[in-house]
Amino acid sequence: MPSLKDLRMRIDSVKSTQKITSAMKMVAAAKLRRAQEQAEAARPYAVRMERMLGSLAGSMTSSTGAPKLLAGTGKQDVHLLVMMTSDRGLCGAFNSSIVRDTRRMVAELKVDGKEVKILCVGRKGWAQVRREFAPMIVDLIEGVGRPRLSFDDAQGISNRVLEMFEAGEFDVCTLIYNRFKSVIAQIVTRQQLIPFAADELDAGENQADANSTNYDYEPDENEILEVLLPRNMSVQVYRSLLESNASEHGARMSAMDNATRNAGEMIDSLTLNYNRTRQAFITKELIEIISGAEAV
Amino acid sequence: MPDPFTFDLVSPEKLLLSENVEMVVVPGVEGDFGVLIGHSPLISELRPGVIDTYTDNKVEERIFVAGGFAEVTGERCTVLAEEAMPVEDIDAAKAETRIAVAREALVEANNDLTRAKAQAALAVGEAMVAACVTSA
Repeated sequence: MPSLKDLRMRIDSVKSTQKITSAMKMVAAAKLRRAQEQAEAARPYAVRMERMLGSLAGSMTSSTGAPKLLAGTGKQDVHLLVMMTSDRGLCGAFNSSIVRDTRRMVAELKVDGKEVKILCVGRKGWAQVRREFAPMIVDLIEGVGRPRLSFDDAQGISNRVLEMFEAGEFDVCTLIYNRFKSVIAQIVTRQQLIPFAADELDAGENQADANSTNYDYEPDENEILEVLLPRNMSVQVYRSLLESNASEHGARMSAMDNATRNAGEMIDSLTLNYNRTRQAFITKELIEIISGAEAV
Repeated sequence: MPDPFTFDLVSPEKLLLSENVEMVVVPGVEGDFGVLIGHSPLISELRPGVIDTYTDNKVEERIFVAGGFAEVTGERCTVLAEEAMPVEDIDAAKAETRIAVAREALVEANNDLTRAKAQAALAVGEAMVAACVTSA
C-alpha cells in the first residue's frame, strides 16, 4: 500500500500534467480559429481558379496536344504519393490515420504491379514509415507553415513535384491529407494532382458555368493552360495544406480536451484514495493509543 | 457615363478588392485592355503591370500585379493575381534589389528553367519600378 507521501506526489504530478494539457488545448483552439480564417480567405481564389480551369478544360478535351499536366503521360506505372502530416505530435490519431491510408494505398498499388514513390510532408508521418518504406521515400519536407502558412510554402512543394514530373520520375501524383470537417472529425482524403482531375464537389456547377459562356482566349488556350495548370497545382496544394493545418489543430484540441478530462478523473480517484488512506492511518493511531491506555 | 459592374481582385491568400467600378484597365500579355460593362467573355494571361480602376471618369485605384489571369464576363471582371499591392505601397528600393537579385540569377542560370524564372523575376522588378515612376 502506497504511503501518504507517495500519493501526494502522484496527485501533484497529475495536476501539473493537467495544467499542460489544458494550456495546449487553449493554444490549439486559438490556432484553429486562425487556421479556419485563413482557409476561409483562400476560398475565393480557389473557386475562381476552378471555374476558369473548368471552362478551359471543357474547351480543350476535343483538341489534341493538351499539356501533359492535364492529359497525363499516357502511362500509369509510377505513382507518387504526397503524404501530408504534421511536424508535431500530441494530436490524437491525426498522423496515424494518414499513415494508415498511405499503407493501404501502397498495398493496393503494389497488387496492381505499380511502382510507388512517397514524398513526406511533415516529420511525424515520415517517422512512422521511414523504416517500412525506406526505398520508396523520395524526400522529407519539414518546417512547413512556420511561423505562418503562406502561399510560398505551397509553391515550394508543388515546384518540387513539378520538377520530378518534368524529369519523368512518375506518371500519377496523389495527395493524401486530412480534410477538416469539424473539430472532432477529420476526413482522410486522396486527391489526384497529376493528371488534373476536377474536384468532384464543385465539378457539377463548374460544368454548367463553363457551357453557358464561350470565352475568347488571349493568348490561345494551350498557352494559358500551360501557365494555369502549374498555378492551379500550387493552389490545390495550398488548399490541402490549409485543410491539414486546421485539422491538425482541431485534432490536437480534442485530444488535449480528452487528456485534460482523463487527468481530472485520475486526480479525483487519487484524492479519494489519499483521503481513505489518511483516515485509515488516523484510525489505526487512535486504536493504538486506546489499547495502550487500556493495558495500563 | 457607363453603368458600374463588379470587379474582383483575388490573391491566393485573400480577396483583395471587390467593388463596383465603371472601367478597369488590365495589363494583358498581348497589351493593356480596358473592360466596360457588357465586354465579351475573355480569359487572358497578365503580365506584370498596373491595374487601374475608374469611377466617375477618374482613376480610383492603381494596383500593381506581378502577373496572373483575368476572367471577363459581361457583368463582372475577376483578376487572379500572383502578387498584388497598391502602387503607393511599392518600395522603390526593394524593387531595385529585386532587379539586382534577378540579374544575378540570370547570370548564374545554367538551364532553361532557371533562366526563364530569373527573366520573369526581372520583368516583375522592372514593372514595379516603372509603376513607381509613373505614379510619382
